Amino acid sequence: MMLQIKPILSALRRHKAGAVLIALQTALTLAIVCNALFIIQQRVAHLSAPSGIDEANLLVIENNWASKLSKDDADAQQRADLIALRQLPGVHNAIASNSYPMRGGGWDQFITLTPDQTTAIGDPAVYLGDEHFLDTLGVKLIAGRNFRPDEIHPIANRENVMPPVTIVTKALADKLFPDGSALGKSIYAMSSTPTVIVGIVDVLQTQSLENWQMRNAYQSLIWPMRQVGDAYYILRAEPGQLAAVRQAAVKALYAQNRMRIINDDGVLDYAQIRQQAYDSDHGMAVLMGIICVVLLAITAAGIVGLTSFWVGQRRKQIGVRRALGATKRDILSYFLTENLLIGIAGVMIGACLAIGMNLWMVSHFEMARLSLMYVLAGIVLLLLLGQGAVLAPAVRASRVSPVEATRSV
Amino acid sequence: MFGYYVQLGVRSLGRNPWLTALMVMAIGFGVAASMITYSVFRAVSGNPIPEKSERLHVPQLDNWGPQHARSLGEPPEALTYTDSTALWKAHQARMQTIFYEVTLSVIPEHGGGSLPFNVSGYAATGDFFQMFDVPFLYGSGWSQADDEGHADVAVIGRSLNERLFQGANSVGREINMRGHSYRIVGVTDQWDPKPRYFDLFSMFTVNGMGDASEIYVPFSKAIDLKIDTGGRNSCGGASSLNAGWDGWLHGECVWISMWVQLDTPTETESYREYLRNYAAQMQQSGRFAWAPNIRLRNVTEWLDYEKVVPPESRISLIVALGFFAICLINTIGLLLAKFMRRAAEIGVRRALGASRREVYLQFLIEASTVGLAGGVLGVLLTTIGMFGVGLIFEPQIAKLAHLDASLVLLTIVVAMAATVLAAFYPTWKAAQVQPAWQLKSN
Repeated sequence: MMLQIKPILSALRRHKAGAVLIALQTALTLAIVCNALFIIQQRVAHLSAPSGIDEANLLVIENNWASKLSKDDADAQQRADLIALRQLPGVHNAIASNSYPMRGGGWDQFITLTPDQTTAIGDPAVYLGDEHFLDTLGVKLIAGRNFRPDEIHPIANRENVMPPVTIVTKALADKLFPDGSALGKSIYAMSSTPTVIVGIVDVLQTQSLENWQMRNAYQSLIWPMRQVGDAYYILRAEPGQLAAVRQAAVKALYAQNRMRIINDDGVLDYAQIRQQAYDSDHGMAVLMGIICVVLLAITAAGIVGLTSFWVGQRRKQIGVRRALGATKRDILSYFLTENLLIGIAGVMIGACLAIGMNLWMVSHFEMARLSLMYVLAGIVLLLLLGQGAVLAPAVRASRVSPVEATRSV
Repeated sequence: MFGYYVQLGVRSLGRNPWLTALMVMAIGFGVAASMITYSVFRAVSGNPIPEKSERLHVPQLDNWGPQHARSLGEPPEALTYTDSTALWKAHQARMQTIFYEVTLSVIPEHGGGSLPFNVSGYAATGDFFQMFDVPFLYGSGWSQADDEGHADVAVIGRSLNERLFQGANSVGREINMRGHSYRIVGVTDQWDPKPRYFDLFSMFTVNGMGDASEIYVPFSKAIDLKIDTGGRNSCGGASSLNAGWDGWLHGECVWISMWVQLDTPTETESYREYLRNYAAQMQQSGRFAWAPNIRLRNVTEWLDYEKVVPPESRISLIVALGFFAICLINTIGLLLAKFMRRAAEIGVRRALGASRREVYLQFLIEASTVGLAGGVLGVLLTTIGMFGVGLIFEPQIAKLAHLDASLVLLTIVVAMAATVLAAFYPTWKAAQVQPAWQLKSN
């Protein structure tokens, strides 16, 4: 097989254009497929990040009051609502909060270790909740304790009260106190009042999934407060009861007080929340997948087309070679080797293009660096694709009979 | 001769059906992918107010100081209540407006069965309407006197007017929102510029897209009524221990957008100078412990700074263009194969006296029929693809991408132009065929 390389190269010189076109197409396809596969992997990794909550049984209801209520009235209304919700059949627990994981944005708060520090060392998401928060969301407490009922305070919008105690996620605790001593320590929320960490929970995803928040992924803190006024009611249903709870909850809230606003799109379960949050990641992965498949198909088809043409053009030469004693295998391996040589030239250019394209995207779109594994996988994929595409025309070439040598075209 | 070549071209499409089908598919897929992504790109990167985009400016002011800045050295994207009202009262620009997003509950008058519902819009000052060219169906915006007099007036949008007043002229009627009554002074026509350049700060107008605003009330009145912002509020870590509404209002949190209209470069320069002086005053008074750090961007610069075009849109446009390039390289190869297969035919024609020009013409026309077929397939695929746009982009963006006549035309033209371009090399090769050599070798 190796012996054929020299004659192949000199034959290639006779039809440079076709060879260059195939090499170029291979190179560009490699560049795009590598990057597309990499984007798919990144997006899939992003959208399968765990939330740490009992998604299957959670329901979020956005509740707004129609008229302006005093803090006391709003507090009383909310207490009544929560009692009604917790008593509904099929409801495991319910709370009122300012936000929920994957909401898309919300309250985040700079944190410092001393009161006079001006540069924050963390920007965690802030969740407000009472002693039912952990149980309602199904978040796992791994150290310390839950809030006590006497620590909970109602908070109206724009009230800026630093709670004396807080619960943090393990990710935040590790960031603030890498030596693992977070429990019982004080932190400051850019203020002079200290807040003591009384509990640490395992995983609780942040509200925003944007790039800027990804730097603080899973850094969340829970403050012992009930957001009164406009708030989100979060309900945890008993397993299998979510649909029934969904029906009953809104009805129960209107039965408490009609002067509220609950929009149709203000009632969401986590299948819907997840879908909204990761819509573009999911779509981007699908799009890149389609592009990869179509591109590979088009490249393969192009190789088949051009090689078929060459075989047709060279029937006579092939016949001569066969008449001179070349076996079918020789002819087959001639075309396979030819394709391999063009393919290797193509993937070498393509690897440079792929890395160049990725570097350009890194500098423009906050994307991660392409792992070389993707380039290697792409190279193998394209070389195999080329060999597969050339197989049919090459087999046809090997079937050319020696008699062709005597025939005019 | 031209008609004959077209005929030949169409006939040759059927001669190597596989090769032809491959080319048509490659062009069709390539052009469709490019057009779908382009339509989204076009929708999100348009200039929303071309006649004024150089004249409308956003003043920015660093009230957090260098150590608090989220983005290196850049001032926050909105203003505090203190700064926005001070700048507004100074009235240093020809026209100016300060505003923030509000969500208000409308309480229907006739009681009975109708439940209250929410509407979103802006608490703004009167110049808002004229500055952003808001079209009116009935009435108009309010005056500066209304702003200063904290008047109970409101402007409502067309669809709210239809919902509440069945589309009748409601100027002079009352509307009850969050328990407060406002007199309607104007009804806007459908108005929803994309991207929503004037309010890129609000969190829920994703990438400057969002539903049309339905309600406008005077800024001063909204502050009196303690109507909270329905948009974003960012404190940038600024220490604001002063709790409650007043503490928040007079603290260092930013939540108010400001725009000024400056018609000449001279006006722009003097406003920039004014802004710098204002920041310097704040430094002298001890409020800012740092040198003035200000920006004054116009619409185009603002859209660019706020990265309104989502990265998804750019990445997919680039990938689609690469995809199209591959399809074209593929087409060059296939056309080469298709044309060179007919070397014998070309040789005969040349020997019978056809000039190179004739050969060029014939093959380019043949290529453009392939391009046309590819374009038609491209239009078909683009139409299908439009339904899939919602998979990748936020719904607010996806609904902007649509197939219109110009896009259909563009698809066909791009497909044909690209194919003809791709055909140049194969055609040149075909025209190089030597009549004598071909005849001899046969």
